[in-house]
Amino acid sequence: MESVISIRSLNHYFGKDPLKKQVLFDINLDVHAGEIIILTGPSGSGKTTLLSLIGGLRSVQEGRLRSMEYELHRANEEKLVQVRRHIGYIFQAHNLLPFMTVQQNVQMSIELHQNFCLKEARKKSEAILTEVGLGERIHYYPNNLSGGQKQRVAIARALVNHPKLVLADEPTAALDSKSGRDVVNLMQRLAKEQGCTILLVTHDNRILDIADRIIHMEDGQLR
Amino acid sequence: MFRKLPTAWLQLRHQKVRLLVALSGVIFSVVIVFMQLGIRDALFNSSVRFHEGLQGDCFLISPRSTSLIAMQSFPERRLLQPLAFDEVQFVSPIYLGFAQWKNPETRDYWRNIFIIGIDLRHQPVDFSNVIENLDQLKIPDQVLFDQDSRSEFGPIASDFQQGKVIQTEVGNQGSNRKVKVVGLFKLGTSFGSDGNLLTSHLNFLRIFNNRQKGFIDVGLIKLKPGTDVKKFTDRLSKYLPKDVKIMSKQEFIEFEKNYWQSSTAIGFIFNLGVALGIIVGIVVVYQILYTNVSEHLSQYATLKAIGYRHNYLLSMVLQQAFFIAVLGYIPGLLITVIQYEFTKKATLLPVIMTSERALFVFFATLAMCFLSGMTAVHKLKAADPADIF
Ligand SMILES: Nc1ncnc2c1ncn2[C@@H]1O[C@H](COP(=O)(O)OP(=O)(O)OP(=O)(O)O)[C@@H](O)[C@H]1O
Ligand SMILES: [Mg+2]
Repeated sequence: MESVISIRSLNHYFGKDPLKKQVLFDINLDVHAGEIIILTGPSGSGKTTLLSLIGGLRSVQEGRLRSMEYELHRANEEKLVQVRRHIGYIFQAHNLLPFMTVQQNVQMSIELHQNFCLKEARKKSEAILTEVGLGERIHYYPNNLSGGQKQRVAIARALVNHPKLVLADEPTAALDSKSGRDVVNLMQRLAKEQGCTILLVTHDNRILDIADRIIHMEDGQLR
Repeated sequence: MFRKLPTAWLQLRHQKVRLLVALSGVIFSVVIVFMQLGIRDALFNSSVRFHEGLQGDCFLISPRSTSLIAMQSFPERRLLQPLAFDEVQFVSPIYLGFAQWKNPETRDYWRNIFIIGIDLRHQPVDFSNVIENLDQLKIPDQVLFDQDSRSEFGPIASDFQQGKVIQTEVGNQGSNRKVKVVGLFKLGTSFGSDGNLLTSHLNFLRIFNNRQKGFIDVGLIKLKPGTDVKKFTDRLSKYLPKDVKIMSKQEFIEFEKNYWQSSTAIGFIFNLGVALGIIVGIVVVYQILYTNVSEHLSQYATLKAIGYRHNYLLSMVLQQAFFIAVLGYIPGLLITVIQYEFTKKATLLPVIMTSERALFVFFATLAMCFLSGMTAVHKLKAADPADIF
């Protein structure tokens, strides 16, 4: 099977020389298309760091990292921008833009792609918001929604462009267990429909069942 | 249809109070700059209205004269010498001086008034309403009063129009002379003079009875039609000794403007006012844009994380600077137009909005906001997409 992510001997350091501290040690990982992978591990073990490297939010320092068709070692800013555009992100804090309606937030994602047309963008954003159960609230501002509803908007924003890869960092941490469950179910359903790969970091043991594979990280190393 | 969301505008509009503060900063500085420029130009224009009304092509003054309010007289025979040239149609002496005018209403209030004495044989001046009244000045101690003089001189214009007889005194170095106002003309105040009287040179010398005979302040030379003024002034300069200065009308006007612009603190003060207005605007707009960026760093980082380029964020901030400039300029312009009306009434200075000044201030506002925006975008470097996971 084709791999969406391929990592070889990846190391990562924070800080500058005498305070330089290694946080990722010799990471090797292959993620295949369509897989849902959950990454767990204690706090400070380096999960977020790994996710941000895969997503092109940080520059790779040592080792090989291929995310979809992009080789990220020594990648320039423009290449990182391209990677980011092909990934759907779901953050712990939903990170919606408070000055835009729910629909406009989703549209911001659509506008990143060429050949977009206003009418189509509206239709597309409305459709995906209906799918996440917010069809009635597309003109709401994020501040008028509950935590679970905001996270569902974030999912809609991440998935509207049908990305091949979705990265989610503790998407349920700020939610109660019921809405947390709803959110992961939704992610799972949409991912299966669109055939996309999900890499999800979580501390939440109740949602481990959606995973095809669970990876454990400790002290910067995969176990 | 390819229409993208107006992200910059949506973000700017989201915080209404902050937007209003930014706009008031811009409005404030637009109005200040407009007022400074308006009053400065009015000063320069009003200081040469006298010159513009003179019906001559070429003028003689003493080289020691610096401006209308500081004239040195020179011998009248210098003005007669140019008559040797064929091109000269006529010459006419002009007498200028300040005397004290007694307000006929309050009686004990004296104030300096500018008096112009002209030779009635020619028509050396063409202020509004002067020509039809000139004959009356042949009678001793009759004067024309400038209806645009400041109100401290008394309600002369309205009294005259109601047909009242206006008699008062004009004082010069202790000797007072009774005069009668027999007509009105329009010249207007300038920074140098608050009010004006026009009379014949004979009446002028009756008021200024201590003045040396045969000395004048301005010599007006009228040339025959079709004469090349430039060539004539050059020839005349060679002909006359260096104890008089020869100028074309335009040079005479520039001479006066230049005095106010460069030899007094006035030009400097107005430029300082303009600079202060612009600095206030830059600081306010910068402050607003800077807080806007630093408070919303996580929003900018999110935009970067989902794939927007740094340039997109730059253009957002600069667009906001542009919106602030335009939205601040428009009310600023409207307020200024109203303020100009008030100023015109209060100072009788010809403060008017010109399209050049409106455009100039518009571009200055754009530049000001753009500069603030360019400074504020440095903060955008702190928007790191890696920070938001
Ligand atoms: N920007 C940074 N500068 C310096 N050190 C950092 C930085 N970001 C993270 N670290 C350090 O790197 C290590 C790994 O951090 P990381 O955020 O990847 O852990 P994590 O597994 O996501 O933890 P958590 O479960 O608490 O989110 C930690 O020791 C952390 O202190
Ligand atoms: Mg983390």
